[in-house]
Amino acid sequence: MLKKRLIAVLILRDGQVVQSVRFKHPNVIHYDAVHAMEAFNKWAVDEIVILNVSLESASREQFVEIIERISKHCFVPLAAGGWIDNDEYAQKLLRSGADKLVVNTAMNDDPELVTRLALRYGQQCIVASIDVKRDAAGTPKIAVDRGRRIIDFTPEAWARKAVELGAGEILFNSIDHDGARKGYDLESIQTICNVVSVPVIAFGGVFTWNHLVDGINAGASAVAVANQFHYTEQSTRKAKTFLANANILVRKQGQSLASSKN
Amino acid sequence: MERFGLAMESNIAIVDYGMGNLRSVQNAIEHLGFQAAVVNNPTELSAYSKIILPGVGAFAQAISCLKQTGMADALNERKSAGAQILGICLGMQLMCDFSEEDGEHRGLSWFSAKVTKFELEKCLTIPHMGWNGVDFKRDDILFKNLVSGSDAYFIHSYHVVCDNADDVLATTDYGVEFTSIIQRDNVRGIQFHPEKSQEFGLSIIRNYLEAAC
Repeated sequence: MLKKRLIAVLILRDGQVVQSVRFKHPNVIHYDAVHAMEAFNKWAVDEIVILNVSLESASREQFVEIIERISKHCFVPLAAGGWIDNDEYAQKLLRSGADKLVVNTAMNDDPELVTRLALRYGQQCIVASIDVKRDAAGTPKIAVDRGRRIIDFTPEAWARKAVELGAGEILFNSIDHDGARKGYDLESIQTICNVVSVPVIAFGGVFTWNHLVDGINAGASAVAVANQFHYTEQSTRKAKTFLANANILVRKQGQSLASSKN
Repeated sequence: MERFGLAMESNIAIVDYGMGNLRSVQNAIEHLGFQAAVVNNPTELSAYSKIILPGVGAFAQAISCLKQTGMADALNERKSAGAQILGICLGMQLMCDFSEEDGEHRGLSWFSAKVTKFELEKCLTIPHMGWNGVDFKRDDILFKNLVSGSDAYFIHSYHVVCDNADDVLATTDYGVEFTSIIQRDNVRGIQFHPEKSQEFGLSIIRNYLEAAC
């Protein structure tokens, strides 16, 4: 049977892996993304998402170079996003070793680009990144442009639109939960899972491994973590073990070789 | 074993027909200590005895690219000459008789098989995306030192249905049991992405590269 996926997210600003708290990036965690990548690859992570959150579009080229370098060490799927606002750049990322494209602002500013990319590379290549921010009344709103612009869509309407445009997967994040260590925005995740049939990745707010279980129970096909995976050795392996112990079907590592069974 | 020797260096080709991410396959091969050439000129293909046909994207576009570039003819020639050909994901599907993706399109017809869409009622979500077990149906060079049931990374909405049960090398359970690896003579097709399936997938690629032609 299909396993639930554990995904590590690398948030990059100006080429460095940074901590993300409510979409602000106060601290550098790794100066070189390759180091983080190599550790995750060894530690049983199922997939890597790497996001360029730089506020400068000029960061594009440096990001491509990083994708090129880390993909040489990445033998799980690699999804890359940030500043994908034209066909040529999307192709550059794929040619550099990305397996999937993560789009966010383009779904609002240039929806046709998203559809073109889905037609050209297939839906499975397009991950719709959806950022939710609650207003003063607690109503979830959609934000684009690195969380800076609120647009007039509910999470369910935006998720439906993403799939219509050609997304084969949704990466859900909550600006309020990001770095807040209180677990995922389960209510919004549940809402989105109920209206789309594509896989949904829960992201934003994990502090304890039990938060991962909550995300799966809310309907997510995959659970993603950024900050919390960087702080301890073997973090992804520990998270995996926790999920397995909670009776969630996950991929186990190190059991495919006949010699390791002896 | 010295893998950068001349004999090992020159016989592996990755077919470039304008579609898909070749970099991941190439990275995996290099990580294993082999060298592969990316070949986009059909006339150059005859120099290679191990040929990998990757591919992501739509079937119709891929098969028309293969035919227009002359790569389909070159591949047919290599198949007849006994080269070990390995199709990955869409590359596997292209080896079938026809696909039902966006109408009906003829493939290379190396396998008496069709490519059909998963039925949503029987499955959870489409595409079938993520890690799932690969159950070996019989022995093969690809499975050397590997354990049946190991997880591999899949990402696809269509799957292969073989007419001949003998062609089925492995199956996978996604609500329905579907064919995840096929083999006939010197041709093999893998539905998942071995280049993205960590130690299990890399071992399959290594087994393929190390096998005698």
